[in-house]
Amino acid sequence: MTHATTPVPYRVLARRRETDDTVTLDLTPAATPMSPFRPGQYAMLYAFGTGEIPLSTSRIDGTVLSHTVRAVGKVSEALCRAEPGDWIGTRGPYGTAWGSPPKGGDVLVVAGGIGLAPLRPLIEEVLAEPESYGTVSVLTGYRDPGGQLFLDDLPRWSTRAHVRATVDAPGPGWRGATGLVTALLDGADFRPGHCAAYLCGPEAMMRATARELRRRGVPADRIRVSLERNMRCATAWCGHCQLGPVLVCRDGPVLDWERVQDLLSLPER
Amino acid sequence: MGTTAPLLDLDEAGLAELVAALRQRDYTVIGPTVRDGAIVLAELASAEDLPHGWGIEAEAGTYRVRRREDRAAFAHSAGPQSWKTFLHPPRARLWQADRAGDGTVTVREDGAPPPRYAFLGVRPCDLRAIAVQDRVLTGGTYPDPVYGPRRARAFIVVAECTEPSAVCFCTSMGTGPGVPGGSSYDLALTETVEPDGAARYTVRAGSPAGEEVLAALPTRPTDGERARAAVAGAAERMGRSMDPTDLRALMAGTMTAERWDQVANRCLTCGNCTMVCPTCFCTTTEEVTDLTGDHAERWRRWDSCFDLDFSHLHGTGPVRSSARSRYRQWLTHKLGTWHDQFGSSGCVGCGRCIAWCPVGIDLTEEVTALRAEAANPGGAP
Repeated sequence: MTHATTPVPYRVLARRRETDDTVTLDLTPAATPMSPFRPGQYAMLYAFGTGEIPLSTSRIDGTVLSHTVRAVGKVSEALCRAEPGDWIGTRGPYGTAWGSPPKGGDVLVVAGGIGLAPLRPLIEEVLAEPESYGTVSVLTGYRDPGGQLFLDDLPRWSTRAHVRATVDAPGPGWRGATGLVTALLDGADFRPGHCAAYLCGPEAMMRATARELRRRGVPADRIRVSLERNMRCATAWCGHCQLGPVLVCRDGPVLDWERVQDLLSLPER
Repeated sequence: MGTTAPLLDLDEAGLAELVAALRQRDYTVIGPTVRDGAIVLAELASAEDLPHGWGIEAEAGTYRVRRREDRAAFAHSAGPQSWKTFLHPPRARLWQADRAGDGTVTVREDGAPPPRYAFLGVRPCDLRAIAVQDRVLTGGTYPDPVYGPRRARAFIVVAECTEPSAVCFCTSMGTGPGVPGGSSYDLALTETVEPDGAARYTVRAGSPAGEEVLAALPTRPTDGERARAAVAGAAERMGRSMDPTDLRALMAGTMTAERWDQVANRCLTCGNCTMVCPTCFCTTTEEVTDLTGDHAERWRRWDSCFDLDFSHLHGTGPVRSSARSRYRQWLTHKLGTWHDQFGSSGCVGCGRCIAWCPVGIDLTEEVTALRAEAANPGGAP
């Protein structure tokens, strides 16, 4: 019997550089594929001899899974160096999914930086059924224009969705907005009582966005956030990912704002 | 079986036969023994290895073995270790991987059969601790591959508690000093001492495996009256207590209490409490490679929520950097959010964290202070 912590062999099918420090890896099964992933769920990716980190999928295409990795530590650096054909261990799917937005309602996606990656499969799911939803907005905030992700997808998304980006530090030629991502909400068309909002990014960004959405009348149980915590196991054994009563690996990463708003308002929780 | 099983009397020679009978059945018998100035848990070659005539004295920040005037083998309360050392070992290899010349990696899980332990002298508080870890490590979607098989094979001999120490508070937590109803074990014994200092044991079976072993021992029927009196006396001599009323709600409402600053001034964040706690289960992983770079192993080792790296996130650093937040995490998890995560309290009242805290922090005292602050917010301490 295969234990829950044993990596499953996959191969790098393709590798795309997204930004200076971020790549997207397309992984294909080297043997038996893992069970199907739903948008928002994550895998534990293992770089041989280096270690393992949790990563949500940024695209789900049959058994081919994409992960968008920013090089911030030794494991993510090793994964970013992986070349097509290289062996990658993985295991999953773990955790909760975004869930499908209510049919007929408006859809609001708000991302900070690489937080757009776990939201991309949700955006694709929504855009695959354009007649099922009302307005669709994709609002992204970046530190600077060079950090923008999935630029190839934006023209296609823009045919159906309201897609806008803002940056903290505009460079030469930047013609988009500057400042916090919450400022983009003014330009987005959504009905607060008939929308579902999906947030992923730094906690301060998600807190500010969720509070602004609440102020505009979006119910707390219609706001979903994806949280990040230190994770060693993904199987609820290691204790690292606790956020009060929540085990983020098991009860998250995607959670209702209603459940986590108090937990995230307390420093060092 | 269990509380309705017949009570049988066993003398010291009979106890020696119990150890021999378990060894004959291919169990590695683990029990208390005196080593390095403490009563530790280690493999017993025979009943002679038990701490006959040894007791302990414990207080906040203090633990000493002391000689007794009788030959009691179980007249001591919790030592520095608990059974998690054997069921949830401090270090365990989860798998190994080898990379071939073409880059293909083969991952192998350990094929060795898990150890087959018989635990002799499990205190009721520690029996509850095992039940708590059962829920954490085998009660969810993913059964732990190290703990699960070891636990499934373990033979458990409970020793009801007759000599609590000054740091014990199992009575108030409902976990001892006798075996609570509904507990799962193979044999339960209660030690009493004869006027000449010899030890006797009142034994009952709690499982078919326990019945089978017990049938092989030289027992006589007993009414168990002396055993019951010894356990009742222990409940009277419990050194500490913790008011269990609404602990979960108390912890949830105490996140901004000033008391956390007060305890943080004393706490060294050394993690001793988490190492000695029989329910603390947290682990981290280590990657090990050899000099060729083509052989890698995944090891798991105990970790502590007091360690700064425990909550580390790349890019932002530790979620919990202050001592205040780390002690608060430990205590509110143990007594509060453990209920949300695993359906029970994480504290069994064994008192180890009090005795082995180098600065003598006493969680029963902290709970009392937090309760007082909650009842009188902003009042003088």
